[in-house]
Order: sequence, then structure tokens, then C-alpha cells
Amino acid sequence: MIRSLNANPSWRHAASVACAAVSLAALASAAEPVKVGVLQSLTGTMAISEVTVKNAEILAIDEINASGGVLGRKLQPVVEDGASDPAMFSQKAQKLIQQDKVVTVFGGWTSASRKAMLPVFERFHNLLWYPVQFEGNECSPNIMYSGAQPNQQILPALDWAKEKGYKRIFLLGSDYVFPRTANLILKKHIVHDGLTVAGEEYVPLGGTDFSAVITKIRQAHPEIIFNTLNGDSNVSFFKQMAATGMPPSKLPVMSFSIAEPEAQAMGPSLVAGSYAAWNYFQTLNNALNKKFIAAYRARFGANSVVDDPMVHGYVDVLIWAAAVKKAGSLDPNAVRKAAVQLAAIDSVMGSIKFAPNQSLVQTAFVGQLDSAGMFKILWQSKQPLMPEPYDALAFPGKTCVIR
Amino acid sequence: MGDSAVLLGQLFNGVSVASILLLAAMGLVLSFGLMHVINMAHGEMLMVGGYLSFLTLKFVHGPAAFLACLLVAFAGAALLGALLELSVVRWLYGRPLDTLLATWGVSLILQQAARSIFGPIGVELTAPAWLNRSFSFTQGWLAGVQLPYIRVFIIVLSAAVLGSVALFIGRSQWGMLLRAVHQDREMAESLGVNTRLVDLLVFALGSGVAGLAGSALALISPVTPTVGQSFIVYAFLVTIVGGLGSLLGTALAALLVGIFSAAVQINFSLSTADVLLLLMVVALIQFRPRGLITRNSRSLSEA
Repeated sequence: MIRSLNANPSWRHAASVACAAVSLAALASAAEPVKVGVLQSLTGTMAISEVTVKNAEILAIDEINASGGVLGRKLQPVVEDGASDPAMFSQKAQKLIQQDKVVTVFGGWTSASRKAMLPVFERFHNLLWYPVQFEGNECSPNIMYSGAQPNQQILPALDWAKEKGYKRIFLLGSDYVFPRTANLILKKHIVHDGLTVAGEEYVPLGGTDFSAVITKIRQAHPEIIFNTLNGDSNVSFFKQMAATGMPPSKLPVMSFSIAEPEAQAMGPSLVAGSYAAWNYFQTLNNALNKKFIAAYRARFGANSVVDDPMVHGYVDVLIWAAAVKKAGSLDPNAVRKAAVQLAAIDSVMGSIKFAPNQSLVQTAFVGQLDSAGMFKILWQSKQPLMPEPYDALAFPGKTCVIR
Repeated sequence: MGDSAVLLGQLFNGVSVASILLLAAMGLVLSFGLMHVINMAHGEMLMVGGYLSFLTLKFVHGPAAFLACLLVAFAGAALLGALLELSVVRWLYGRPLDTLLATWGVSLILQQAARSIFGPIGVELTAPAWLNRSFSFTQGWLAGVQLPYIRVFIIVLSAAVLGSVALFIGRSQWGMLLRAVHQDREMAESLGVNTRLVDLLVFALGSGVAGLAGSALALISPVTPTVGQSFIVYAFLVTIVGGLGSLLGTALAALLVGIFSAAVQINFSLSTADVLLLLMVVALIQFRPRGLITRNSRSLSEA
């Protein structure tokens, strides 16, 4: 699909030159690069995760340029720093659209950053490509949601746990919107599937004391813990569980916010044996993935680790370019309509395509961390999963229809 | 798990939390009590202690390596504290708000420095094998109670540090000078006590204890650039409840806060428990505005 579209602009260009129907000025503008925004946190607490997503997006932009750009024009990334601050994301999004006149923006990580940018993209009719798994419950025509919806990450993990015979599930999370919403959905499905919610606890963001939580876990006798803790709290949690004689090898933990880089930094020995659910693992065995990892390492360091959000950032750029070619236009409105009409493509993370609700159809994987901080892939969904922004059990009657 | 076992388990957790709070707050009490300096960079001294332990473990191995970490963290943080006193705090005496802002700036600089040097996620520091176990009771009315060695270790360490600091203040020559300055700075000065040197010493000691605390806390919490922030609020809380500058008061306040949180956390969600804790502190301050233990010294009555 991408290849056949590729020929289109060069044909058009050749034809126009042959007819000599375009003025010199038009030719000059055709050679002018297309500006696209890249907006991630390059400083502050989120920088560690987001700088690598920025790298992956730049890598994809370079690859598009190497193969001739879009509509005969090269891409010029305009990189801005969201500084781990939602207000800054909103300001920088406005700056990118109004001042730099970018035709689209790749970026965002936290739900707070996305919520802060949403009104900007709606007001200026621009388009944001969002690369991170999130709690769903949102439906804007000006955002392409490539990160997993709850039914593409947390519910497949529940399916896996059910298959493995786990019946008593303890829900543990940091106290903010993603864990609360994820667990709201999980609870409905756990009960619906005839399993038991052994307990549910939230720790304030950045919380480091788990003594009471661990007592509650011990009293509840769960068979597995579903963990939506954020960042540093994970380190405290795993350390204190191990000290109480409950490492992941004794009481299994399924985490939704620990990917390869986090596991490496926390110390692989601490989290070895715990599970995670994502739509991409570095250990996925396919040719495109091997090529992607090699290209990334050649550019950003031989020891680089890649993870799910980076790959989403990478494929977002590729799909945008394909959609521009299909639409024959850079107009955000035309591009988003073309994006959902593209056929499924084979990618680093398997077969993907954007559904009419502007979320990504993708496969879910469950992996187990080894002592090197890499995932051994144990399970994958039978087919790519249709994204559901509103869970039917938790939010009945709500649907996401984008025109 | 029986009821009595749960109760005992939570009591142990409470004492454990108290010992952590005490370690985190002790340095603050020294600088706050003696010098009326609100040191916003205190949490970063904890952070520095954690990173120093991480570095130490790169060079020292074996079962006693962690004890070396404690020493290095103490010495390193004390040095950094002395540097901070000499370069910033010293020039701002008698200007509490300026000190607060300046030390806050220092805390931001230290956080960013850690971020630039070690990266923003944090570093790996796992407990030595001999600490990574727990006493567990399998029979009798205590069946199900688990006492992790790490927490027992922190309780013992905390008590030892409290005892040493109390001995130092109560029995040593320097401690006497320190008490003199605490009671009446001007009088001590006119009697020939080098108050600036005493201040420097106290500040360095307070920072050193914080570094030591950071090293011990690294066993149960992450070592990240912002880890100090998660302890600093509770450390201030304990300092205020305890009464400014009273070690005994601080210890009592830490116990009160620790056991109170453990008691409410088991019955409520953690966020609600935090709310109840703050309400308890607000109520307590209404009745004892100066904290649990108050001392009548002239410098305090003027303040």
C-alpha cells in the first residue's frame, strides 16, 4: 500500500514539469520542506521516557526523508520541549501551530499533557499523534490515539490471567486518573468473568511507604497483583515486597507501567519474574523490528533499549506520511480521514491500522521479565484488537464516533 | 492471620515508619532548632546520601559494604552541608524567608545535578543479602506476623543515631557550646563561644544525619533525584509536632505520627489516612501550638 502510493507524487511532479504548467514560484514552494512538530518533555521528570520517544519520531522522519519525503517535499521536524509540565505542552502546541505553521504534531505522554493540548488542537483544527497507552474515555477528532486503549492492554492481561487460572486479583495503583479508570474497568470485568477482586489500594503519587499496603495484601491472599503504580513508587513496592518475603516469584505481579527502560533502571534483579502487558516488546521476533532496533542503535547508541511508546511514536510518523500520500494533501482534516482508510500495514509491532474512531488496531502481548531486564513473550492476543475508547461494561451507552 | 497478629504487625509497621521519619527529621531539628534556618535542601541531603551509597557499592563489596555506605553517606552529606552553610546559609542569618528561598534554590540545583549526572529514573541499590530476609512467625497467636530485617535494622539504626546525637549534645564539650548557643546566642557569644563555628558544626551534623538516613532509606525506597521531596514534608511535620529543637519531642512526634498512620492506614485508603493524619496534626497544634515538648529559652521566646 505504501509503496504504490509512493509513486504518486513523483508521477505528478514529472507530469507537471513536462507540461511546464507550473510557475517557478510554485516549484520553489514545492521544494520548501514540510514542517512537522515533535513535542515531548526534554527536561524534567518525564524526560527520561519522552526523550527516547522524540528520538524514535526523529528516526522515522529521517527515514521518510531518505525515501523522498512526502508530496515531493522533505520533512523538517520542529522539536519543542514540553518540560514535563501540562501547561507548557499547551503553550508549545499553540506555538508550533501558530508560529511554526506545522501541519501536524507528534507528542505527549501523560494524560495530563494530552488533556492540556486537546483544546489547542481542536481550536486550530490541527492533528496530534499520541503515542502512549492510556485510560481511554476520550474521543477527539483532532487526536490520533495510537497508544493502547484499556481493551488493548489491561483487559488482555486479565484474559491471560484467567487462562492461567488466577482467580483472586489485587488491584494496586498510584492515586491518579489512569490507575483509577483502569481499575474501574478491571473490576467490572473481573466480576463479569466470575473472578474475585481480592482488594484495591491506591498510593499517593511518589509514595514510598508500603507497609500498610503489604499488610492488606497479606490479609487478602491474592493470587496475582495488577499493578498500575507509577515510576518511583514501583521501586519502593518491589523492594518492600521482597523484604517481606514476597518477591514476584512467590506472588506474581502484572505491571502496566514497567517497560524495558524502567526495568533496566530499577535493577532487573528487583523485578525479574514479574509480568507486563504491552503492544510491543523489544524481544518481538520480526525482521522489521530487528531493522528498527539496529537503526535506532546506530543513531542513538549501541546499548539503547527500546519500548512500546517509542515504537508507537515511530509508527505514528510512518502512518501520517502514508495518509498524506493517500490524501494528496497536508491538510490535517484530509490526513486524518485518509489515515483511517489506509489498509492494515505490517509494522515493527505487527499488523496495525487506524480504526474509524482514530485509535490504533493492534495486538496485545504479555511478557515476563528476565534477569537482564528483557521480556520473554508468553502470550499474545489471537488477532489485532479493535480499540474501544469507552468500555462497554464500565461506561455503557457511550461510543466514540468521529466524522 | 489473627486479629492480634494484625495489630502487632501494624504496631511494628508504625514503629518502623516512626524510625524512618525520625531519621529524616533529626537533621532538620538541629538546624531549625538552633539556627532557625528552614533548610529546604534537607531532603536533597537524603538524596545525596542515597547516591553516595550507590557509588560506594561500586567500589566496596562484601557483606559489610553497606556499613561503609552509611559512613560515606554521613561524611559526604556532612561535607556538603558544611559547604552549603559556608556559601549560602551563613550570609542570610536573621533573614528566614531569604534562607528559605535560597535553600529551596539549592535543592533544585542539587536535584538537577543528580538528574544530569545519574539520569532521571534513578539508580539501582538493593539491600545486602543478610538484610533481605524477615523474621516470620508461623505458629501461635503471632502466626502470620512478618518482621523484615531491613525494617528492624532501620529501627535500630534510628535509635542508635538518636542516642548518639543526644549523647553528643548532652555530654560532649561541643554539645555544651551548642546548648549554650541554643539558650542564648548573644550571651554565649559574649562569653567567647565561637557561635559561627558552632553553627557550622550543627549544620554539617544535621546534613550528615540526613545523608545517613538517605543511605538507610535507599534499602526500602528508590534512589532518584526527587526522592528527598517525598520525605521532606513529613519531616517538617514531625519537627513541628515535636516542638522546635527538641530531640525528645521529635522522637515522640515521630512515634505518634508513625503509629497513628499505621493505625488509620489499615482501616482506610492511604489518601484518606493522609487526610486524617493532617487533621490530627492540625488539632494537636491547636492545643500545643509549640509542639509536644517545649523548652523555655530566651531565644525561643523572642522568636
